[in-house]
Formats: sequence, C-alpha cells, structure tokens
Amino acid sequence: MAQTITRPSGSREPVTGTALSPRKKRSFLADLYSTAVGKKYVMAISGIALMGFVLFHMIGNLKMYFGAYELNHYAEFLKELLYPLAPKGAVLWILRGGLLAMLVLHLHAAWSLTVMNRHARPVKYQSPRDYEVANFASRTMRYSGMIVLSFLIWHLLDLTFGVVNTVGADGTFVREEVYQNVVRSLGRWPIAAFYILANLLLGIHLRHGAWSIFQSLGWNNPRFNAWRWAFATGFAAVVVVGNVSFPIAVLLGIVKV
Amino acid sequence: MKQLTDLKLKVWRQAGPEVDGYFESHTVDKVSDEASFLEMLDQLNERLIGEGKEAVVFDHDCREGICGTCSLMINGQAHGPQRATTTCQLHMRTFKSGDEIVIEPWRAAAFPIIKDLMVDRSSFDRIVEAGGFITAPTGGAPDANLILVPKPVADAAMDSAACIGCGACVAACPNGAASLFTGAKISHLNVLPQGQSERYKRAEAMVHAMDDQFGSCTNHGECSAACPKEISLDVIALMNSDFRKSKSKNRKALSRG
Repeated sequence: MAQTITRPSGSREPVTGTALSPRKKRSFLADLYSTAVGKKYVMAISGIALMGFVLFHMIGNLKMYFGAYELNHYAEFLKELLYPLAPKGAVLWILRGGLLAMLVLHLHAAWSLTVMNRHARPVKYQSPRDYEVANFASRTMRYSGMIVLSFLIWHLLDLTFGVVNTVGADGTFVREEVYQNVVRSLGRWPIAAFYILANLLLGIHLRHGAWSIFQSLGWNNPRFNAWRWAFATGFAAVVVVGNVSFPIAVLLGIVKV
Repeated sequence: MKQLTDLKLKVWRQAGPEVDGYFESHTVDKVSDEASFLEMLDQLNERLIGEGKEAVVFDHDCREGICGTCSLMINGQAHGPQRATTTCQLHMRTFKSGDEIVIEPWRAAAFPIIKDLMVDRSSFDRIVEAGGFITAPTGGAPDANLILVPKPVADAAMDSAACIGCGACVAACPNGAASLFTGAKISHLNVLPQGQSERYKRAEAMVHAMDDQFGSCTNHGECSAACPKEISLDVIALMNSDFRKSKSKNRKALSRG
C-alpha cells in the first residue's frame, strides 16, 4: 500500500494517493525557504536576532548617563568579550557576522515576499480602499524598514567610521572615544532630529514586527494571545524611549563633554 | 418601511477577462431599506434590461449568507461596511439616501474577472483538492460518537469549518494572500481526530498549492475583519506551525515506506 505519487511541477490534478512524495529533493531549509510561509519564518527568526541587538544596544548606551569613562570602558569590554577564553575581538566579530547575516536574510525575505505580493494583485483596486484594521505600522513596514536601514548606514558612518562625524580637538576621529563622538554628533540638531525620527520609525516597525513573530512562527495559544500585543508595544516602547532619550539628553546638555 | 432615494452607483463594467474595464454611473431611485444589496442591484438590472441595455453581471446563489457565492467590493470594503455579513445579507438600511456607492469586483491574480463583477474563484478549489479532505472508508455510516472529540476541539473545528470560501479574505488582503482561507481549511481537519492521519501531508500540499497562486501574509488582519464568518487569525498560526512540522514529519513518514 506504500503508494507514492510524484506530482509534476505546476500540475493542477487532485491528489489521490496515500502519500505525497516530496516536491523536490532539496535540503530541509532550502525547501522551507522556497515557500512564502518559510520566508516568514526567516523574517521572524532574523527579526528576533535584530530585536535582541537593538535592545542590548540601547541598554549599553545607557552607560552614557554614567559618564565618559563608563561608556568608553563598556565599548572596550565588548571587544574583550569572553577574553581570555577567546582571542580579543573574536566573539564581537562572530556576533557582528551573525547580525549581518540576519540583516541580509531579513532584507532578502522582505524583498522576495514583496515581489510575490505585487504579482498576486497585478491590477489594483480602482477605487480607494477602506481598511478596517490594518494600521499605519503594518502598512508601512517596508518604508519604515528602509528608512531605518538608511539610518543604520548613516549611524555606522557617523560613529563607527567617523566619516560624517565632526573631528575631535586634535583634528582626528578616534573611534575609541565613544562618548565624545556621541556628544559631538548629537550636538548638531539636524542630526539629533534624524536620530529621533529614525528611532520613532524603528518603534513603529518593531511594534508590528514583534507581534507578527508570534503569528509567523505559529506561536498561538489562547492562554497567552492577549499578551502578544502587550509584549510588542512594551518592547517597542522600551527601545524607543531609551534611544530617543540620548539625542534629547545631549541637546539639553545633560550629557556633555 | 422607508424608501432610499437617489443612490449614486459607480459599478465596474468589464466585457471579459482580456478587455479593459471602466466605472459606469447609475442612479437608483426608490429602494426599500429592507432590500438586500443584491436586491438593489436586481432592481437596477431590471431597469437596464427594460431599457434594452446589458445587465450588470454579479455572482449570487443562496442569498442567505451560507453559500459563499456573492462577493463585491463595496466602498473599498469586501462585502461592504457591515461586519460578519455577506453582500446578500447586507441591507440597504446601512446606507442613506443620496449616498455614492462604488462597487468593484474582487481583485487578485488568482481571481480573474469573468465579466463585470463576477470573478473565477476556482483557485480555491485547487487548494482544497491538494488536501482539504480526509480519506475515509466508504460504506455504512459509522456510529455517532464512535470517535470521541473534546468539546473545545469540536468547537474550534466548527469555527474553522464555517468558512464559506467566498474569497473576501483574499480581496481584503493588501497582499492578495489566501492565508485565512487555507488556514481555515487546514484547521478544520487538523484539529480533529479524523484528520490526524493526513495532518502534515495536508498542511504541506495545501500551503504549496496556495503559494503557487496567492500572495503572502503580513499579519494586517484585514482578512479576518472582512470575513463574513469571522474566522480568526489563529488558523493562520496553526497553518504556519503545521507546515513547518510537515517538512520534517512527511520525510520521516516516507522513509518508513
């Protein structure tokens, strides 16, 4: 009775056998990623990794309220994670590589899902839509995401590579002087405004994303469903309040060189 | 009984699948507020036929909200402004005299327009054919209660089975995704004991059939809000989780044959 039927790709015939043979001989992950549901899994898992990053990035930056020594020392500590078990910088580079991979996966999945969705409705509605529950956050995910991505590039050029930062008293950008670089950068009000705007958009992106993770991964249970929105809102609020406080603190002179 | 007067209709007219469509304006005078939306269109069609013009083509059958044949995007909302209501059960008391009502067909690549407001929804049949059934032995009806089903499980299966396959979820989805429909069809069998033997095969085959034709879910929730049977987004989470499991469990099952 172990009858399997092989379905030619694109066939539309009903399935009548007792077991379906696998569609294509591909590895588990490649097979999963080839589907929209699988891509949503990748969106969710890479989203969790990136959420972890933004949370700990915000917590680490809170050190600036303890002064220049604390923040610069913390930056030095990151390079020495697990030292002497691992060589200096090794763990940091592994984390950076993982984050970059997660970012690339997040972007690729978003890109290919968007293409798929455009193909699913080639002719748009000719009259205005009246959305009932789709909110600003859910409908602007790709735009808020792109603005946050452009902010990320600026942020790296500003505080990691110093290309768009103002230089210190000695005329050079010193990466290790994290605290001084932050104060010099955010002391320029247009830059501070950009940081605030980008972080508000990040919060909007996080609120829909953090809730969507549960749906995409199939984590659904009446016992905790009511908490999913609370978690998403709370997480987004914590990250945004922390991050937005930094430019405001610099502009108000609470954090100064 | 009150009469509505001077309803300004903008109705989508399209002679066939391959030709361009356009909005046609009509005024409907004197409609009972107890008339259903379709009866209002009947009135318009009777007048058009009397004038020797071609009637507006739209899908309808039972007119009591249980068959899933009627459709229509009314003022940018699938099945019109009233929640949990099919177009045939939408009554004209929802509107006011002098209102402008814009009527469009469902729009999705998988729902090609046949004529005017009528679309071909047989892409849903492809999904159900892929696994939306159980393989039961034929013969005499089994004794009632031979297979015990816990009450909450029976209720959950019934909630999913309420899906009438009207396509409002796809029409309302900004991405043209059929996740709510497919999720409902998967859930109503996958939670029941009778559906267990083909559970993962079903999830895999139906999700692949859905992927071939529709967009992807971005968790807007528009589908559930538009659904005349108020199917919950929970069915999408169950589909996602069963699809992931199917990728490993189906391989295990096949390796034993």
